[in-house]
Amino acid sequence: MNCAEIQPLLNAWFDGELDAVRAVDVERHITGCPTCAGAKRSLESLRAALRRSNLQYRAPDSLRDSIQRSVAAAGASASGVSNEKATSTDPAAASVAPSPRGEGRGEGDRDVRQSETPSPRPRPRSSGWLWKFLTFGATAFAAVVFFLRFGAISEREQLATEIVTAHVRSLMVEHLTDVASSDQHTVKPWFEGKLDFAPGVKDLTAQGFPLLGGRLDFLHGRPVAALIYRRNKHLINAFVWPAGETRDPSAKQKFLRGYSLINREINGLDYCLISDLNSTELGELAELLAK
Amino acid sequence: MDYGGRGLVELLPAEAGVPAAERHANRFVTGTEQQTQFELVMMPHLDAAYNLARWLAGNDHDAKDIAQEAFLRALRFFDGYHGGNSRSWLLTIVRNTAFSWLKKNRPAAIVSIPDETLEKVEAPAGSDSVASKADASVVRAALESLPTEFREALVLRELEGFSYKEIAEVADVPVGTVMSRLARGRRLLQEYFQKKGET
Repeated sequence: MNCAEIQPLLNAWFDGELDAVRAVDVERHITGCPTCAGAKRSLESLRAALRRSNLQYRAPDSLRDSIQRSVAAAGASASGVSNEKATSTDPAAASVAPSPRGEGRGEGDRDVRQSETPSPRPRPRSSGWLWKFLTFGATAFAAVVFFLRFGAISEREQLATEIVTAHVRSLMVEHLTDVASSDQHTVKPWFEGKLDFAPGVKDLTAQGFPLLGGRLDFLHGRPVAALIYRRNKHLINAFVWPAGETRDPSAKQKFLRGYSLINREINGLDYCLISDLNSTELGELAELLAK
Repeated sequence: MDYGGRGLVELLPAEAGVPAAERHANRFVTGTEQQTQFELVMMPHLDAAYNLARWLAGNDHDAKDIAQEAFLRALRFFDGYHGGNSRSWLLTIVRNTAFSWLKKNRPAAIVSIPDETLEKVEAPAGSDSVASKADASVVRAALESLPTEFREALVLRELEGFSYKEIAEVADVPVGTVMSRLARGRRLLQEYFQKKGET
């Protein structure tokens, strides 16, 4: 292939988006062609410039909060509505204004509706307005309770859920490591300049926990280090961030959705280990890291 | 960010590639369950969503409005999300919200690029040293100076590590167009640095 054929493919090749056969063609051409090799270097230095220039904007906390609030509000009102549907089939239940035609139409209408859409709970026919009022009140109360409960879900619950999600995502999206190395002297410096703290990195291959690498992650509104270890076939994420920022003082150990989580403070850093490994062996790793 | 390492990826838009683990049934759930699922699936992409909105809108204030509105839209349409790539699903909504906003408030920012796919993909510029000398503020200004579509493609590729297929989904264009936008965008950046270097 000549330069004219290679050049349109160069960007796709550079992005790892070219099929294997053509990728080989491009690579072979580049080794023998100074012009195209120069173009490749030019793409590399462009990418390096983009990466080192810190161009990524992080969502401000105020935005995160306000989105979380509106999602919670929408969830609470949606559950309120669905409860109401389940207990009351009469749309008039929620209306305050009485029908101008008075009670005349009430009974008959309601009978028809009930036979069309059977209500899960039999309703007493008499004292209908009182019942409606109570149902509406109870639904509204339930919605409020739901809303408050959600607002009050403790930070550590949320953090534990976030950690599980981060762990699952790291396994799911083929994005386990940003820096893949079993060498602690490669992994530790890699974090430099990316975090405002220095995570302790240890290779524990000899103890049966080989280090696979490191990754940047984002938990609870701050960048954290993730160290990836392996025990036999189980992968372990160790999330690390400065202690005292988001503490989980209640539980050193917990289980969530089938994963074991272990929290531990080491040298002023909070470590949260998560894996599908049993908690005893995970505890061993925590001990080794703390040494 | 994840560049390379992905090895062989066809240039043709493929149907496959939906991680099974990411599929989940969100039918038959109550509002609160749906809300929890929404938070689990979509909230991790908030930074990516904001970053795209910020690069498209050009300032914090409007980016926040766009991201906020996009998340509300996403919540409203969450019933229509049946698993698949949640990141590109959400960023498609962010992108559309941003472009509607641009059309209304900055019509000049959206210029149509005629027949991109038919156009020959441009070769990269030769000199390899210009970009490496540019400091961060110059690089930022260079990216800001690009036409919206090129800027969008580069932000998704270089800052978010999106694949061509994901960018194609978000921008609703063929994969070939993504390739040409990236090539032209990079070319424009290199020319920008070259000019800066000369003055």
